[in-house]
Amino acid sequence: MAYKIMAQGLDAAGLGRQIQAHPGPVEVVGCLGQRFIGAGMHGKKIRVTGIPGNALGAYLNGGEIEVCANAQDAVGDTMNAGTIVIHGDVGDTVGYAMRGGEIYVEGSAGYRAGVHMKEYQDKVPVMVIGGRAGSFLGEYQAGGVILVLGLTGSGPIAGNFPCTGMHGGKVLLRCRPEELLFPGQVTALPASPQDLDAVRPYLEEFCRRFGKDLAFILNAPFTLAVPDSRNPYRQMYVAN
Amino acid sequence: MIRPELFEGQVRIPSGCAISAVISREGRLISGQAIVDSMRPMHERSNGLGGGFAGYGIYPEYKDFFALHIFYDTDEARAAVEAHLRAVLEIVRAENIPTRKHPAITAEPFIWRYFVTPLRSVLHSCQQDEEEFIARLAMRVNTGYPGAYVFSSGKNMGVFKAVGYPEDVGEFYRLEEYSGYCWTAHGRYPTNTPGWWGGAHPFALLDRTIVHNGEISSYDCNRRTIEMYGYKCTLQTDTEVITYIADFLQRKQGLTLEEMASVIAAPFWSTIERQPKGKSQELAYLRTVYSSLLITGPFSIILGFRGGLMALNDRLKLRSMVVGEKDDKVYIASEEAAIRAVEPGAENIWAPAGGQPVVVRVREGAY
Amino acid sequence: MGQWEVYPEFEVVRSSARCTKCLGCVAQCANGVHQYDGVQLTCDSAKCVDCHRCVAMCPTRALKIVKTDCALRENSNWDSQTIKEIFKQAQSGGVLLSSMGTPKPYPVYWDKLLLNASQVTNPSIDPLREPMETRVCLGKKPDKPQRGPDGRFTCELPPQLKLAMPMLFSAMSYGSVSYNAHEALARAAEELGVYYNTGEGGLHEDFYAYSPNTIVQVASGRFGVHEGYLNAGAAIEIKMGQGAKPGIGGHLPGTKVGADISRTRMIPEGSDAISPAPHHDIYSIEDLRQLVYSLKQSTHHKKPVIVKVAAVHNIAAIASGIARSGADIIAIDGFRGGTGAAPTRIRDNVGIPIELALAAVDQRLRDEGIRNQVGIIAGGSIRSSADVAKAIALGADAVYIATAALLALGCHLCRTCQTGMCNWGIATQRPELVARLDPKEGAKRLVNLMTAWNHEIMEMLGGMGINSIEALRGNRLMLRGIGLTAKELEILGVAHAGE
Repeated sequence: MAYKIMAQGLDAAGLGRQIQAHPGPVEVVGCLGQRFIGAGMHGKKIRVTGIPGNALGAYLNGGEIEVCANAQDAVGDTMNAGTIVIHGDVGDTVGYAMRGGEIYVEGSAGYRAGVHMKEYQDKVPVMVIGGRAGSFLGEYQAGGVILVLGLTGSGPIAGNFPCTGMHGGKVLLRCRPEELLFPGQVTALPASPQDLDAVRPYLEEFCRRFGKDLAFILNAPFTLAVPDSRNPYRQMYVAN
Repeated sequence: MIRPELFEGQVRIPSGCAISAVISREGRLISGQAIVDSMRPMHERSNGLGGGFAGYGIYPEYKDFFALHIFYDTDEARAAVEAHLRAVLEIVRAENIPTRKHPAITAEPFIWRYFVTPLRSVLHSCQQDEEEFIARLAMRVNTGYPGAYVFSSGKNMGVFKAVGYPEDVGEFYRLEEYSGYCWTAHGRYPTNTPGWWGGAHPFALLDRTIVHNGEISSYDCNRRTIEMYGYKCTLQTDTEVITYIADFLQRKQGLTLEEMASVIAAPFWSTIERQPKGKSQELAYLRTVYSSLLITGPFSIILGFRGGLMALNDRLKLRSMVVGEKDDKVYIASEEAAIRAVEPGAENIWAPAGGQPVVVRVREGAY
Repeated sequence: MGQWEVYPEFEVVRSSARCTKCLGCVAQCANGVHQYDGVQLTCDSAKCVDCHRCVAMCPTRALKIVKTDCALRENSNWDSQTIKEIFKQAQSGGVLLSSMGTPKPYPVYWDKLLLNASQVTNPSIDPLREPMETRVCLGKKPDKPQRGPDGRFTCELPPQLKLAMPMLFSAMSYGSVSYNAHEALARAAEELGVYYNTGEGGLHEDFYAYSPNTIVQVASGRFGVHEGYLNAGAAIEIKMGQGAKPGIGGHLPGTKVGADISRTRMIPEGSDAISPAPHHDIYSIEDLRQLVYSLKQSTHHKKPVIVKVAAVHNIAAIASGIARSGADIIAIDGFRGGTGAAPTRIRDNVGIPIELALAAVDQRLRDEGIRNQVGIIAGGSIRSSADVAKAIALGADAVYIATAALLALGCHLCRTCQTGMCNWGIATQRPELVARLDPKEGAKRLVNLMTAWNHEIMEMLGGMGINSIEALRGNRLMLRGIGLTAKELEILGVAHAGE
C-alpha cells in the first residue's frame, strides 16, 4: 500500500525528504511544480498526481516513477536505469543524455526529446512517445531507441530538423519516410518486420501501461532512421 | 553599496526568468491575486532581483487618460518632472501608488501615478498624435531627468515592478485590490545586482508591455538598428529593445502581429523555401527588409497590449512556454504548474512551436 | 658592380648535394635568375624578386631564397629600404612604383579586436549539426513595406545581390591580372554563389557566360563600357577610388595592350590605357547622383549600383553622401588594399585603415537614420575568416577579398606585379607565363579557401550563439578591444576587454 504524501506547501527539498523518509512505495498527492522528484533515486516506486516540476527523475538509477498528469521539462535527465511512465504529455528535453532505463509517454513530447541519448555496454535506453514529438527529436543521438507513434495530436509526427546530429542508436516513427525531412547524415527507410520485432517488447509495455491496442498500432507504416555510416558528420580539418 | 556603474543601463546584465499571463476573451475582470499566485510555483526560476506585473483594464474610471507610473529617487527629481508634466499635460489625478510594507521589498523609490492627457494646444503645435506625444514624453523624462523614470505610460493599464520575488512584489503593490481583463507577470534572475527598480520587467511603452525570458545574442545589432528610428535604449536590456521593435513594426510600419512574429522569429531559409509559393515569397520579403530586426538567441516573450496579447518563442524554442484555457480565460506560463496553481481545471494544455505566435484578443467592445 | 651598385636584396642558395641539374629552374624563372651554359648552373641573385617559383618547382627542394646578410649599418630611422629608395631615385629621377598592399608596420586593428562566445546565460550553437545561415542579401531596403489592394505585401524590392556567404572577389582588371586568373575567379564565384569583379579592364567576351556572378566596373577610363557590358553584370560598380592609391588614376602601358586586351578594353592595340584620377563627369556629389541614375536608366533599374571609394579622412561624410545619391551599395577600400601598380609614397602614406573607416561609416549612417538605404562591403586586407567576422560585427554586410584570392591562386606576395613577369601566371600577359595558371585548378583552390572560411565563420557565429549572420551585423557588443587607446575604442565603438 503506497504511503500518501500531501505535497501542498512543500518545496522541492521538503518533498524530497519526505519521499526518502518512507522506504516503501509512496504517492505524492496535489503536486504543483515541485522540482527534482525522484532525482538520483535508485529503487522505489513513486506515483504522482498533480503536475510535477522540472527535472522529474533526473539521474534516475532504478525504481519507477508514474505520473497521472502532464510532466514538465527535463524529465529523466541523464537517467541511468529505472522506469518513468507519464499519463499525459511531457515538456522539452525529455531523456537528455539518457543512458539506460525506459520512459513511456502516453501523449506528446516537446522539443529535443531524447537529445544525446546514448548506450553503454548492456545499457540500452528506450523512450516511447505515444503522440507527437516537437523539433530536434533525437538531436545528437548516440545510442538507444526512440519510438514515436503519432496516436494523438495533429500535424506532422515530428517537427523540424529531426535526428540532426544523430551518430548512433535508432529512431522508429509511425509514418512513411517521405513525410519528414531528415538530414543528409541519416538514412530513413521503411522499417522491416525484423526492425519492428526488435522493438515489440517496448510497444507491448506501452500498450499495457496505457491500455492501447498493439494490433492497431502495428497496422501502419513505420520508418526506421539510423545514422548513415558512409556520410558521417565531419568537419574538414587541416593541421596548422 | 552598489556601484552606480553597475546600474541597469550602464552595463548589460544578462538574466533568465519566469513569465506568466492570463487574459479573458470576454473582457471579464480578473483579480490581480490570480497572476500573483501563478508565479509562486515558479519561485525557483527567479533569484529575487526583479519581479513585475502588467495589468490591463485596471483603471476603468480613467480609461481615456494615459496612466503614467513614475519612479523618483528624490523629491527634487519629482518636482522637476512634475513641472514639465504640468506644462504639457492636463493632469486629472496625481497620487502615490498604494503599497504595503513588505519585509522582502526594501530601498523603494517614490512611486507615483498620474492620469493625464496632452494639452490640445501642445498637440496642435507639435503636430503629433497623442500616442507619439506621450511616447516621446516618456523617453524624454527617462533620458533627460536624472533620478526619475517613467515605467508605465498606457491608457487603462499599468505596470507594477520592483526588486524582489514576483510574489512579494505583487503583495507589495496590493495587486489583489485591482481587477483587469489581462495580466502578465515576470520574475527575474539577473546575474548582477541591478539595484534599480526601473530595470525589472515588464518593460512598457504606451500600452505595449513585454515580459521576456532568455538572453538574445543579436541585442546590439537590434539596438543599433532600432535607435535609427527615434528610440533610445537606455536600459541595455533585451526587453527594452524587443518592446521598441514591437512598437516600431506595429505602430510605425503597420505590420500585423503575425507578420511581426515572422520578422523577429523568422524561419530558417530552408524552412521558408519549403513553404507554398506565396507564403515563401512573403516570408523571404519580410526577412530581407527587416534583416536587422531578426532576434537570435533564446527568448520567450509575452507582448501585452490594449485588447489582447501575443506569446512568441524564438525559432529554436530554447525556452519553455505552455498555453492552457478554461471557459473565457487563456493562460500562458513558463511552466504548466503555474497555470494549474490558478486554474486547476485548465484544459487543452499545449506548447506553441518555435516562431509560432499565439495571439489572444478580447472581444471587440468588451474592453 | 660599380660605384652606384646596390647589393641584391635576396640571395638564391642552391644545395649542390641535392641539385640534379634538371634545369627546371632555368625554365621556370622568367626573370632570368638561373642560367646554364652547358657546364655550370649559375644564379644571378640581382634579378631575384623572391617569388619562390623556382623554390616550389625544384623537384629536390635544392633551392632556397634568403634575405641577404650583406646589410647596411642598422638604423631605426634611416632603415635599409629608405636608403635604397633614395639611391633608386637619385639614379633614375623617377617616382617609386610598387605593387600589392603596403608592407609598412601600421597597426592592424583586426588583431586588436576579440570576439565573444556564449556561455551559461545563453547557449552556443554547433554549426555542423544545427541550422546555421551565412546567406546575405546586399542592397537598398525599403523604408516601409508596400502592400497591394488586397492588403498582402507586393514583395517588391530594389535590386539586390544575393550571396551564399558574406564574401566577394574584389576588382582586379584584365590587364593587371591574366585571362586565366579571371577565368578562375569567375568559375569560383559561380560555384560558390558569390560574385567576382571585372575591374576597370572591361569584360572579356568569353566571360559573358558568367554574367549572373559578375560585377561590372565603370571606372574613370570607361574601358569596355557599353550597353551590353552594363547589362551583362549582376551589378554595376562605379569605381571612385581604390584603397591602395586614393586620389590616383591608373596606367596600363601600351606595351601591355595586346590584341586581347585591346578588344576587351575597346582601345587600339599598343595605346596606353590611362584611367584619370577622377571621373571627369563627377566633380561634386550631385554629379555622382547623375551618374548613378544614368547607369540605372541604361539598365532599366534592374541592377544594383555599387560605389567603391577609398577610405580617407572624411569617409563618413562621403559615405553619407553616397547613400543619398541613389547608390544601392557602398564598397569601402582600406589603405592596406592591394594593387597592380601604385606610386609607393601614395600606397604607404595615403588613406586610413578599413577597420576605423568601416566603424565610422556604419555609425554615421545609423546616426542619420539611413543605414538601411545601402549595403556596405568592406575591403582592404581581409586576411582570414576572423577578419571577416570582425568586419561584420563592426557593421559590414560583406567583405571584398583580393590579395587572399591571389594567394590561393599561387601568388607569393613578392610585390613585383608591375614588371608583368609574374612567374605564377597571375599578374602577367605573357602567354607562356599565363599558361602556368590552370583556371580549373585555380577555381578549385578559390572554392576551397572560401568554403573553409565560411565554415570557420559558422564556427565563430555558433560560438556567439548566433545562427543567422544578419544578427552579427553591427553587433559591436560581440567585440572587445585589446591594447587600444580610449580614442581608438571610441571610433571603433567597442569596449575594452574586461568591460
